[in-house]
Order: sequence, then C-alpha cells, then structure tokens
Amino acid sequence: MGLTQISASILAALLVGALTRGAPRTYLLLVLSVLAVYWFQPAIPLRSFDFWIPSLSIALALLTWFVTSQAGAWRSRQNLMGLFVIAGVVTLIDLTRYIFPDPFITTTTPPRFIIVLGFFALTVIAVSAVTIFSRRLALTLSFVILLLLGILLLLKSPILSYQLSVFLRTLTNRPTDTASALDVRWLGFSYIAFRLIHILRDNQLGRLPELSLPEFATYVVFFPSLSAGPIDRAERFSGDLKKNFALTQDETLSAGQRIVIGLFKKFVIADILALIALNDALAVQVRTTGWMWIHLYAYAFQIYFDFSGYTDIAIGIAQLVGIKLPENFASPYTKPNLTQFWNSWHITLTQWIRAYFFNPFNRWIRGYKSLPAWAMLLLGQLATMSLIGLWHGITVNFILWGAWHGLGLFLQNRWSDFSMRRFNTNNARLQSALQVGGILLTFHFVALGWVFFALGEPSLSWHVFLRLFGS
Amino acid sequence: MQTEPRLLPVLLKATLLFVLFNFTFILTSNIPLGKFSLYNSVFPGRERFPFGESQKGYNLSLFNLDAMFASHVMVGTPKDSDEYRVFLIGDSSVWGTLLTPEQTLAGQLNSQEISACGRTVRAYNLGYPYISLLQEVMILDEALQYQPDMVIWLTTLESFPHDKQLTAPLVANSPDRVRQLITKYHLPLDPNDPALNHASTWEQAFVSRRRALADLIRLQLYGALWSSTGIDQFYPEDYERAQTDFEEDYEFHGIAPPATLKDTLSIHILDAGMNAADVPTLLVNEPILISDGINSHIRYNFLYPRWAFDEYRVLLEEHTSSRGYRYLDLWNLAPMDEFTNSGLHLTPAGEAMLAEKVGEAIQNFCE
Repeated sequence: MGLTQISASILAALLVGALTRGAPRTYLLLVLSVLAVYWFQPAIPLRSFDFWIPSLSIALALLTWFVTSQAGAWRSRQNLMGLFVIAGVVTLIDLTRYIFPDPFITTTTPPRFIIVLGFFALTVIAVSAVTIFSRRLALTLSFVILLLLGILLLLKSPILSYQLSVFLRTLTNRPTDTASALDVRWLGFSYIAFRLIHILRDNQLGRLPELSLPEFATYVVFFPSLSAGPIDRAERFSGDLKKNFALTQDETLSAGQRIVIGLFKKFVIADILALIALNDALAVQVRTTGWMWIHLYAYAFQIYFDFSGYTDIAIGIAQLVGIKLPENFASPYTKPNLTQFWNSWHITLTQWIRAYFFNPFNRWIRGYKSLPAWAMLLLGQLATMSLIGLWHGITVNFILWGAWHGLGLFLQNRWSDFSMRRFNTNNARLQSALQVGGILLTFHFVALGWVFFALGEPSLSWHVFLRLFGS
Repeated sequence: MQTEPRLLPVLLKATLLFVLFNFTFILTSNIPLGKFSLYNSVFPGRERFPFGESQKGYNLSLFNLDAMFASHVMVGTPKDSDEYRVFLIGDSSVWGTLLTPEQTLAGQLNSQEISACGRTVRAYNLGYPYISLLQEVMILDEALQYQPDMVIWLTTLESFPHDKQLTAPLVANSPDRVRQLITKYHLPLDPNDPALNHASTWEQAFVSRRRALADLIRLQLYGALWSSTGIDQFYPEDYERAQTDFEEDYEFHGIAPPATLKDTLSIHILDAGMNAADVPTLLVNEPILISDGINSHIRYNFLYPRWAFDEYRVLLEEHTSSRGYRYLDLWNLAPMDEFTNSGLHLTPAGEAMLAEKVGEAIQNFCE
C-alpha cells in the first residue's frame, strides 16, 4: 500500500466509523474491502490479470463461505444482500471501462463486460458444484484446503511461478521470452489463504460459529489488513462487527496516534534504512567487516519497522471502524530468548502455525514412542520453522532461514533446561547480566538469520557470513 | 487534574503548527543547508560530484552546488605543502561516465604520481555531466576558494552554443549563482531568462522544497554506501555503444552550411572561465569519436557534423592564440574503439592516453 491508498483508506474508515452503525457499517466495509482488493492489486504484465486475480480472491472467499455455511444459508436476506453487494461492486469496477477513458481502480482497463458475465457464470457453477459435493463428501473441505495450498505453492515457488507465467502468456498470446516469476503477483494471497484455511479447518473441527456472507467476506478481504496482515480470527472479527460501535473522539485520537506512529515507522525509518539495508548487491560489494555488520543491522531494523509500521497503520485504520485487529509485534528485539522473540514477532502468523501445524504435528509425532523426547522436539521445531520459511517463499534460503530458527529454538530449549538446573537464579546481578546477555544474543541470532532471509542465494549468504566474521 | 485530549483542538493545533512551520521554513531559504554534510567527517569525501539516476549506483543528481562540493573529497583535504593541486573542469567525460573513480582522468593522473614545480601532482575531478560552459564556470568559480595551483578545463563544441548555457539543470536551478556570475564576469546573459527557475515564495515553503530536502538526506545516506563499497556509479553489464553510422545530416544546433558557427558560440563565457583563476589555466579540446561508418564523411559522430567541428577547431585555435590562452587540441587523440556509449566518453585505455598527454602538459607548465 502506498501513501495514496493509505490516505484514502483512512478517510474512508473515518467516514464509515463516524456515519454508520450496525448492518450498514458491515455492508459499507464490504464494499470498501472488495474495492480495495482491486485497487491495491499491483500492475501485472499480463493483460487484465490485475482484474482477474482480485476476482479470483473474491471467488475463493465465496467458495469457502458456501462450503462452510449451512445448507440453504445463502437464501437468507442478509446473505443474498451480501452476494448482491459483492457482484454489484465487481460489476461496477468492470463497467468503469465504458465510463472513464483511463482505468482508475484497476491499473489497466478491465475486461469486456460479457467476459465478466462469463466469469460470474463459471463462479456460480463451480461454487454450486463444490457446495453440492461438500454436503455429500466429507473430503470436500480438505479439497478446498489443498486447492488453497496448491495456489500458495504455485505463487511462492519461483520455478512454478515462472512456468505459470509462461502458460498464461501462451494462453493470452503474449511473448513468453519475457516471462518472469514476478509476473503473477497476487496481492495479499498469503493472508487470504491463511484466513480461509483457518475457517475451513475450524469448520471441519466444528469450532467455528456460523458467519453471514457479508461478515465472512469482509473478514477475508478486510481492506486495512489485506496486504500485510495481521491474520485475525474470524469469530473475533465477526464479534467486533456485531458490536454497536460508535466512533468517539478518544477512539479517533487513539487510532490517529497509532496510524501516525505506523506511517513514521514505515515511511521515515524503514524507507531510510532500506537504502542501506543488506541486499544481494551489497552482499558482494561491501569491502569491510564493520560495514557488513552495519548493513545487516540496517536490514534487521528496516524489516521490523517496515512490517510493524504497516501493522500499526492497519490496526489504526481498523480501529476507526470499530475492529480491534490483533497485535502482530511486541518489541521483539528486546526479548531475552528466541522463544520470546517468536512470541512477539509476527504474532498472528506464529499463532496460526502453532494452532494448525505445530500442535497437530506434535500430537502426531508423539505416536512414535521409539523417538527420544529431544528428537521429537527438534523435528517439531525444524518442521514448524521451515514451514514459516516456506510461507515467505519456496527457496533454499527461506528454508535455511526457517531451519536456522528451528535449530535455535531447539538449542535454546535445551539450554534453558540445563541452565535452570545449574545456575543460581536468585542472584539479581546475575539475572540482570543474563537478561542483557540474552537480549544481545537473541538479537544477533535473529540478525544473522536475516542473512538467509534478505538474500536470494545460499552462496551470497555464505559470502556475507565470511565477511561478517572477518574474512 | 489531567484531562483527556479533545479531537478538534488537537487537529486545529496540528494544522496551525504545520502552516507556521511551513512558512517559517521560508526564512531558512538563505541558509546554505547543503553545506551541512557527513562527508569528509563521518564518511570519506567522494572522488567526484554526486550524479546518477540509478539507485544501484548509490548516487543521485541534485541541484545544490553547496551539497555537491561538501560531499567532494577536495573540500575535506587540507592542502599539503608538497601538493600541486590541479582542478579538472569539464563535462561527463571528465566526470567519468562508465568509469570507476580510478579510471577517470583524475584517477589516472594521480596514479602516475607525477611532479610539477617540485611538488606532487594531486588532481581533483570537478567534472559534471551535462554540457554547458556556464555550468563549468559556475563550478570553477566555486572551486577557486580551495587553492588550486592549476586549472585544466576540458571542453568540447557541444558546450558552446548559446542555447546550452542556461538549460543545464544545475544552472537552471541556481538562478542566484547565475546572477552573481553575470555580475562578476560581465556576462551578456539575462538574469531573468525564463530558463532559470526562480522560486516563488510558495516554492520556498517546506512542502515545496521537500524533494530537495529529501535529496540532501539521501545524499548523506548514500555516503554510507560510498564508504562501504567505493561505488558511486551504476555500471551496466552491457550498454549501447556510441553510434558510428549516421543519417545524411549536416545540421548542428539548427544551422548548416553556408551559415557559420561564430555567432552561435558563447565565447564570452569561455573567456570568463579562462580568466577566473589567478593560477595557470589550460584549455583542452577533448577527444571525440571519429567514425568511419556510414556517412562518416559528413559527420564525425552523433554530435558533430564535420564542417561544424572543423570550423570550431579553427575558431578556438585563433581565439586562444589571440588571447594568449594555453591550449591543447587533443580532438583526435583516441581511436574509435576507445569510446564507450557516446562520442565523448572514453574507455579506461582511452583515458590513459589522455592522462599521458595531460600529465605531460602539467609537467611542462613549470618548465
């Protein structure tokens, strides 16, 4: 999100928060969120895909709602209204091609209306078919989860993304020699997919209350958190929507303060640090050890201020419309150990992974009685953190980053057990020293992990490690 | 008792403070903010002026001569008693497009470790891309306070036409300096020429100057990257070589034979520069690409038809001779292969040829 989009979002949220209550607020948020899916989508070198990709986000949200809602729920007035609103907004966005000479919501001119009508028809057929199956086959929900994971796999893997681009270019008669893995940029899909999987999985386990379509769709593509999270929980979000919210002066000031802090973090601190933060080019250009450390520290703080700045902005804007998005960061670089770091860094992602992967994985692995406890722990940590790495992208460096943290968490766990038995923890000075030492050690462990995260190739990371340690 | 802040007063106060700050900022327009620099203190000074359009080169173009000088290594280098300080003035060929600092004329002269007048020659690269005599005089005029022992001004025909003088971005955005130069050197130029960007009151406010201020901050940040990498230019792996085949085109800046160049060249600005310093000044007609491609009997290169450049050389020879200027005509020094992406930019080997000739000239001065 750029400054224009953020400003428009703030203004829209202020108006919605100040002027609407109850159901109209939900519908207006739905309208704004659907609009934002199209508006925030970056330009793509494939013709009209800046319209089709957001349309697919909406279609996937609808599909998930249909398969997780009760039979016939769509016939209720509220849900029909939700369907009408979504279809109406998409239609209006498409019709802008006939009204305005230049596109202003999408980056390129939307496709012809007849084609969009065809897309609507296909969506209805696909959703109906899957919904009918879902009433009869228990595996349908798992199928939708696999579908979402498949798309994630496609988007996160550079090789598969490239092949997808070649395929789409061939399909649309575009030259394939300029195909790139970056061609298919699907704004916010990582977050949309995790929200949808959370709903599907909780629905499978019978833990999710019934949500109306407007609530559901607004939750999935809620405009403040569309591009950079946080990953909220549906039932909590829906609870906020149902509250009789009225925007007060205190609320506005508090939200404004949060937004200003976020803007400062992102557009002042992070963007300044970005100029000198470690990257592929600097990895081979930097001549001295000292400067390499400075570039690494710059990266460590840039990524924090960038991400937490966006989170502050999202939380602030959401606050204006009565939604209390969950916190995503809690001073992570001041934590004395890696476990606490991960409890305060991208908190909602960590909680999601813990709920839907780490805990089930641990329950599963405990079935292997022959494995020693330490091995179970090591495997659990490595698998979980590698998965977090893969969520960022399917590359060797992201896996190495995940494995680095998995190993770190394991070692920290072993050290905690060992040190608790050995050291006198009643000594205040020792405690302080351990606390400060722990913070410094944890920060540097995390910073060194960023060497994998920031760079594209393991060879570059190795080069940086050698430079960092004096070679 | 502490009361909670109220929304409306907070917004009103914020707006008032913003407006006040914005217009109070106008009062700072006479403060040379560009002189506040981290270069030559926190970061080493740059070997050449900041210039660049690609972030990959850790460099940027800005129109603040104070900031450009403050970032230059010359400003932060106290003159040693053993130093024979030589300033190299000129365009992008002196600045060194596609060349590392060591490969530029200044870099190669310094690596020769030559002596002049019993002192060690230390050459400073004061070249700046864009071609305009007035821009070069502006830089020279500012540089004179840094104690040169000799000035070498490398120039070419393209710098001379009247229409090139005020349109160079650095010149166009420095109307006050242009006014001072007009007064100081009695230049027949109009200080109110529309090509000069005179800032209105609103344009001096903080909001209007935010880009220029951001550029000053970016320049400081790039100091970290200059310091850590020694890179100040983006070097593409591949680039388009200078054109060697041409259309059948005789025109130079809208004129063609039988018209003559004489009235289109800003010779008076050349005179201002040649007389600016009270130290020896050497004028060099810098090497150009001499093509042997299609229509090379009409044009030497993309910039120059043969008739215009030949006439320019004769004019320059006559003028320098009549004024007693020290002049070196090196126009045909380098073969065609020693040019990179333009008819003026030399390869490192081409620069070495030029450095040899210029080095000899520096040494000959004292003898």
